[in-house]
Amino acid sequence: MLQSFKLALKSIWSNKMRSFLTMLGIIIGVASVIILVSLVNGYMSTVVENFASMGVNQMSVRLTNLSSRKAEVDDFYDFYSKNTDIFAQMSPNVSLMATLKKGNDSLTSTSISGCSEEYLDLKNYELEAGRNIQYADILSRNKVCVVGYYVAQELFGDTQSALGETIKINGYAFKVIGVVERQDDDDLDEGGTDDFLWMPYSIAVKMARSADISNYTFATADIDDTDRAKELLENFLYEIYKNDDLYRVTANSEMLDSLNEQIAMMSAMLGGIAGISLLVAGVGVMNIMLVSVTERTREIGIRKSLGAKRGTIMQQFVIEAAVTSSIGGVIGILLGAGVTGLAGNLMGINAVPTPGAVLISFSVSVGIGLIFGYMPANRAAKLNPIDALRSD
Amino acid sequence: MGMEESVNLDVPLIELKNIEKIYQMGEEEVRANDGISLEIHRGEFVAIVGKSGSGKSTLMNIIGALDVPTSGEYFLGGEDVSDMEDDELAEIRNKMIGFIFQQYNLLPKLNLLENVELPLLYAGVPASERRERAIASLDRVGLKEKWKNMPSQLSGGQQQRVSIARALAGDPSLILADEPTGALDSKTSREVLNFLKQLNEEGNTIVMITHDSSIALEARRVVRVHDGKINFDGDVNDYAAIL
Repeated sequence: MLQSFKLALKSIWSNKMRSFLTMLGIIIGVASVIILVSLVNGYMSTVVENFASMGVNQMSVRLTNLSSRKAEVDDFYDFYSKNTDIFAQMSPNVSLMATLKKGNDSLTSTSISGCSEEYLDLKNYELEAGRNIQYADILSRNKVCVVGYYVAQELFGDTQSALGETIKINGYAFKVIGVVERQDDDDLDEGGTDDFLWMPYSIAVKMARSADISNYTFATADIDDTDRAKELLENFLYEIYKNDDLYRVTANSEMLDSLNEQIAMMSAMLGGIAGISLLVAGVGVMNIMLVSVTERTREIGIRKSLGAKRGTIMQQFVIEAAVTSSIGGVIGILLGAGVTGLAGNLMGINAVPTPGAVLISFSVSVGIGLIFGYMPANRAAKLNPIDALRSD
Repeated sequence: MGMEESVNLDVPLIELKNIEKIYQMGEEEVRANDGISLEIHRGEFVAIVGKSGSGKSTLMNIIGALDVPTSGEYFLGGEDVSDMEDDELAEIRNKMIGFIFQQYNLLPKLNLLENVELPLLYAGVPASERRERAIASLDRVGLKEKWKNMPSQLSGGQQQRVSIARALAGDPSLILADEPTGALDSKTSREVLNFLKQLNEEGNTIVMITHDSSIALEARRVVRVHDGKINFDGDVNDYAAIL
């Protein structure tokens, strides 16, 4: 066995150029599998990370309220209080289309929503200054608001001076009681992540001139509970509506799941395409091994005349093919890792060769050596020693 | 070796009984060996002589366990070789036969030591013993000092000596030489023949295949093959008389 490895290395070394060309196919195949899979994974994990920061433990409920069948805020709070082991926060959502005004300054793209006192925790935001909306504000329909960093900057210059000031919304004067920490470190734009205003949902409903609230947001304490939480919500809503076209529960984690699915599919597809090049490389290995067997017919004859059995000859050639392709595989892995790092840097993503990709492409290259080396090796092993000795 | 000790010395080393070897050449049947019977005992030095196409090479392939007869029986050291499988034949060749070929048939990419070690390698002899025995074998043909050389660095005569060393390394019951001087000049041929004689005097059984009657005269017994049949088998002096 050891002898066969030595022989294989010797034979590879004594035909350097040919061995290299044989390996080249494997090298390119393995490297491209690693590069493609790693870059896709690296890119996609950046996407997923961004997505995950939007809150995978959240789910939103959208209702179509009928006069005969509807879910009231109180129903939701009842449901919520019965399931505190699963849900961590909940908030009604009332969106308003309105312009913010402070003196002559105005903001038109700010997202205005009425929410509960838990909305801050639900969004996992922190206050930069002031206080949050409180239950009392909701009960008394206080005209108070918490604003995003952009709003505070644009209308008041800085966060501290915004506190206690008033903003006019559709003619109503709201007092700024809190400013939320800046969320987007890169951009601070109109209509961006930091351009929002929250007010108690009770006052928002009144301003919207609609008695019903058709949007709610829930958050689970544990990400793993999202499936169960969704089911609970759906059951609760079905009890009220008896028709699942009238409500819709969307969990953010589902979107993440489908995103992950797409990533896996894409990476498998690209890996598969690169895998085809590995297959082609395998045919190259087989071709060269067949040539090698033909060239070494006499050597095989001599070895057989001296007592080499079929298995011994077979082993020698299979090992030679496997060693050739695994050397190619190792070079391919190194090359692939290098290019992945370089390309990752250029693309500004954190791409590292996944152990899976490395392991699979290496074992595929060894496997290719074994499989595609088998046929030529078998041909060598079955050579008749007399014919083999007679050849030149 | 164990195998030899266990067999009765009265049994011929080689016993061919009515050997036939038939090749199918398209529609035509070629009877390369057509009923050959032959016994060779331990310690003999036999030359098998014949023109090209006489069937002597076919006979040598069968004696060398490189091929099996179409019909007839072949016992080597008391064992029936006639219908053995590929791998069994390989084992027989490895344990019982040392080949000396016309073209030396050394492996060009191995050095002399590695070449001589090959039969021992296939016999599964451990590395250190393998090396020791190969060196001893090279010593017998006077090439111990050159063990690191590659075959291409040697003259033809020296290469043939290496192949003799290789044939001796496994301590075989039979040394089978196929036209051993065919590629050598007369002076080197002489040396090789003398060496074979010396080996025979030391007790080795030697079968030499040749087309050249003058070479055959170096043996002690001559078997002449003609048209697939033996038409002379006797003492070398008798053979010399009919030439």
